[in-house]
Amino acid sequence: MPIPNFSHAPRLWYALLGLLLVLLVIASLGMGRYPVPFSSVAAILGDQLLPLPTTTPVGSEVERLVVLQLRLPRVVGAVLVGMALAMAGATLQGLFRNPLVDAHIVGISSGASFGGVVALLFALPSVVVVGSAFGAGLLALLAVFAMSRASHASRITTLVLAGLVTGTFCSALVGLVVFAADPEAQLPGIVYWLMGSFSQLDYRRLALLAPPLLLAGLLLHRMRWRLNLLSLGDHDARGLGVAVERTRWTALGLVTLMVAAQVAVSGTIGWVGLVIPHLARILTGPDHRTLLPISALLGGLFMLAIDGLARGFTAQELPVGLLAALVGTPLFAYLLWRRREGGLGGAE
Amino acid sequence: MSETSALRLEGIGHWYRPGEWIVRHIDAELRRGEVLAVLGPNGRGKTTLINLLLGLLTPREGQLTCHGPLAFVPQLFAPPFPYSVLEMVLMGRARHLGLWQTPGRQDHAIARAALAELGLEGLAERPVTQLSGGQRQMVMLARALASEGEILILDEPAAALDLRNQAAILALIGRLADERGLTVLFTTHQPQHALAVADRAMLLLPDQPPLVGPTATVMQEESLSRLYGIDLHRVEVNHAGTHQQSFIPLFERRRRPPTA
Repeated sequence: MPIPNFSHAPRLWYALLGLLLVLLVIASLGMGRYPVPFSSVAAILGDQLLPLPTTTPVGSEVERLVVLQLRLPRVVGAVLVGMALAMAGATLQGLFRNPLVDAHIVGISSGASFGGVVALLFALPSVVVVGSAFGAGLLALLAVFAMSRASHASRITTLVLAGLVTGTFCSALVGLVVFAADPEAQLPGIVYWLMGSFSQLDYRRLALLAPPLLLAGLLLHRMRWRLNLLSLGDHDARGLGVAVERTRWTALGLVTLMVAAQVAVSGTIGWVGLVIPHLARILTGPDHRTLLPISALLGGLFMLAIDGLARGFTAQELPVGLLAALVGTPLFAYLLWRRREGGLGGAE
Repeated sequence: MSETSALRLEGIGHWYRPGEWIVRHIDAELRRGEVLAVLGPNGRGKTTLINLLLGLLTPREGQLTCHGPLAFVPQLFAPPFPYSVLEMVLMGRARHLGLWQTPGRQDHAIARAALAELGLEGLAERPVTQLSGGQRQMVMLARALASEGEILILDEPAAALDLRNQAAILALIGRLADERGLTVLFTTHQPQHALAVADRAMLLLPDQPPLVGPTATVMQEESLSRLYGIDLHRVEVNHAGTHQQSFIPLFERRRRPPTA
């Protein structure tokens, strides 16, 4: 079956997905235990963005409070996290020339989790949680690289195995911290954090989350074409005049920054980075110039939808990490099946 | 050194483990528009030589001078993602663009011109993974053209291709040297490929410095037999008004006679 090639129409997809994202953001802001009508949300947002000199305030006091103070930071945070995870996944898949890689598989997420958990155990301030998660994520990445360097076997296989080893080791360390935590005071918070959640996302945490995600995301977006080059393999890329090591480490550092900031604020959320780039490749093809922005849009949409499910269906909120895995795994299984049919293409 | 010198190797040598020289005492000079074929069995240092030329390795001994940018065509490989032909050729622009840059209008124009020069315009939107080996090798050559390199380095460009595609690639190499004035260095396992397009040949002989010189001079029964470690026999044919020579490897038939 030939691969449908829509890569000539990426603008159409940008417009469509961008519009969907705006609509879903407005819908999410209205949704919850205190529903706010779609039109009111739109009016409140519009008033914030473009304040008109009217005498009557838009929406009721409660509506404004719910939409702007309670829900907006959470919705913006969820969109940013989804974008970051999807971009991180797309980047890592390009770097490792393998469509089955994401931040979990190369050990960055588990490393960042360990860093975050340790900081939580000692009840350190949020900035330290982010810093600790980033440091540990970076250490995990270094460990993976050191291990893959030491081996002469196929780079990709070694890298994935080294990631598995590092990830498992970090998970064991996380387990150790969980074991050591006070079951009354600390454990519930740590376990809930580990399952991934946006329920704690207020403006203070958003201020911690947004700058690293935006900075790393924008820089990765700027170097998106380089990912095409790196995905050809070291030898060929060097032959084309690419400073392979420098480029790869820049991209990996940016990915680690994004993943660590995300893990520190909202816990571990898997599968987004694995599933979304596959979907994006089906929509607009493998060129990272379109793959990264399309993945970001799809990731934001996906994460927001998952958060909507997490908030909407039960009185007691489900952790988004769990839901992302519950929705992501069957979707990934379907994509694997498509791949067998020749739908995704690849090196095999 | 002549003023039109494009590539100069002076006493190049390299080892990976001290004392175990992979290549040594390589002396060669290529003028602009000349084609050099490098012949040698597996493990005699063809790939090492290419890596030295590309700057991926630094020679342990000797000096290498390139007058002009290099363009590299690797051995046939499948990219991990089904990039389109145009995207693949655009990647040739890498050395002209910075870390934070993406190809612009001019880069696209250059890539399309390179495709047009090789008659590949029709394939621009096709995924490279769907092309035949011969087409993919042509795409890689188009990518080298798009990089605007003046010294073309090709790693076994005609290996893994059928005879017709081998002929097409060799004809193209000759055309690029003659019409574009590109200097070409390619590795090959086939003496015929050297005879078809190379001005000069380099034989990576065992336990002695490589033999370098005009193709017709260097390519002899004796030297080739020593190069490959099996006997080769020269044949000459007159075909359609042209005189051609070739070397046939003399494989011994090693089968038991039928018993029934």
